[in-house]
Amino acid sequence: MSEPEKPRRFRAVNLLLLLPFAAMLWVPSYNRVAPEIAGIPFFYWYQLLWVALGALVMLPVWWGSRE
Amino acid sequence: MSMNPVAVTIFIGLFVFVTLLGFVAGRWRRGDLDHLHEWGLGGRRFGTIVTWFLLGGDLYTAYTFVAVPALMFGAGATGFFAVPYTVLVYPILFAVFPKLWALAHRKGYVTAADVVRGSFGSPMLALAVALTGIVATMPYIALQLVGMEAVIAGLGIPMTTTVAGTAIPDAPLFIAFAVLAAYTYNSGLRAPAMIAVVKDALLYITVLAAVIVIPAELGGYAKIFASVDAKSLLLPPATATNFGGQSAYATLALGSALALLLYPHSVTGLLSASSAKAVRRNALILPAYSVALGLIALLGYMAVAAGVKSNPAFAQGFKDYGNTFAVPALFLHSFPPWFVGVAFAAIAIGALVPAAIMSIACANLFTRNVFKEFLKPGATHRQETQVAKLVSLVVKLGALFFIVGLPTQYAINLQLLGGIWIIQTLPAVFLGLYVGWLRAAPLLLGWASGIAAGTWMFVASGNKTSYALHLFGVTVPCYDALSSLVLNLGVAIVLSVMLNLVSRGPAAASRTAT
Repeated sequence: MSEPEKPRRFRAVNLLLLLPFAAMLWVPSYNRVAPEIAGIPFFYWYQLLWVALGALVMLPVWWGSRE
Repeated sequence: MSMNPVAVTIFIGLFVFVTLLGFVAGRWRRGDLDHLHEWGLGGRRFGTIVTWFLLGGDLYTAYTFVAVPALMFGAGATGFFAVPYTVLVYPILFAVFPKLWALAHRKGYVTAADVVRGSFGSPMLALAVALTGIVATMPYIALQLVGMEAVIAGLGIPMTTTVAGTAIPDAPLFIAFAVLAAYTYNSGLRAPAMIAVVKDALLYITVLAAVIVIPAELGGYAKIFASVDAKSLLLPPATATNFGGQSAYATLALGSALALLLYPHSVTGLLSASSAKAVRRNALILPAYSVALGLIALLGYMAVAAGVKSNPAFAQGFKDYGNTFAVPALFLHSFPPWFVGVAFAAIAIGALVPAAIMSIACANLFTRNVFKEFLKPGATHRQETQVAKLVSLVVKLGALFFIVGLPTQYAINLQLLGGIWIIQTLPAVFLGLYVGWLRAAPLLLGWASGIAAGTWMFVASGNKTSYALHLFGVTVPCYDALSSLVLNLGVAIVLSVMLNLVSRGPAAASRTAT
């Protein structure tokens, strides 16, 4: 912050990082049992799925940040 | 409980192996261990893979791996907040820490308080950040012992040893911690980094075996979920006037994610990476541990399905350790003795890694932001490192006496409060990276009001982490850390803006000067 840096450009792709927040903080969207997968209620497998999705949405941002 | 010789032999064998590793680690990627950044940050030489192991062992502590399934076992769906919590950690890590790493690398910063000292030029604000870090971490170290205690008891090793007619309580804990203290003192951050590789390998093997073998024994996942009380399988639904458990769940996940990255052991682990790129890559690959954590959380339900609580063989364990004993009991119930040894070693060694990193992180904070800042400004590198090594011993001893001498509930409450306190350093540590107009005095006032309000809410709700806010006629239970952080931010921002209107501060002046 105290050093002269190249002006930070806004990259739309960075907005992807907000997706996990929208998904995980909107609890009513996943607070239910159906549909189950292999006997595991939606509440549980959906949040576990977001562990992987959360990592995936960072990929495009990572590619975008390498110049 | 009777002692099983096979399980105990494997457990002790693995323990001795990592101890040797801890001492050898001092020679690994050899550096001059008289320098604090060598002893306390491993020379900032850890690449992507080592950082992955180190942070995995550091952020996902043994306590987490025991406490989360224990919470699922006792309270149901609420305990699963650990999953959204760790989903949210990584976008934050990805966005903030490469920047923090680059700044620390350029200026030679070792701690978060160093960063604050540099951003705002205020030793007092840095002191507040440093002390918050130390105080929040101490009970966290103590809790690592709780998980270790439960597995040692589960192995049937007597906790009280009689030597020459005198009973010594908690002897195994003292031995484990003496060993830990010795190799941390000797090798610094290199020791937990190397041990973390073994710990994580054991952990993944255990989790893999647990989620394949145990559901097969219990008749599949459908049966496991069916055995859980239907009321606690989901969060209670929100009503028009009360958001209930759902807002508590969401705010707990978000607040915990923000707090985690501010803990000294997280900062130490991340600053020891060799490049900003290694930090970014880790944000992408660390979620592998979250998968493990999610599966481990489900062990709580498997313990319900296995009926361990009503099993007379485990009655003493539950009496002594409460629901913390759920996972050890499940393993004893489901695994052959040799694998019980492996699984329990994973938990016990899993306690040593974060305990070592946490004590090193506290030592770095004390040395840089208290000792060198206020007590001995001209300290040499050698003196600095010597102080850090001694403080790492003191911190561990403090944690040990805490857990041996006081009821476990004290440590649990203090650790919960620690999360509420550490998040109050967010404006100074993170926002200082992005904006130049925040001022030290308002940040300090914001920090103080956040800590006061958060502590008050915790105590007023009877030592609960959520306090019911009443907003426009709706009851919204909210994690204390998050609501008090909003207050903190409000105070810091409003006062900074007002101060900037009155005068250009020294912070702004020094910023244009450099």
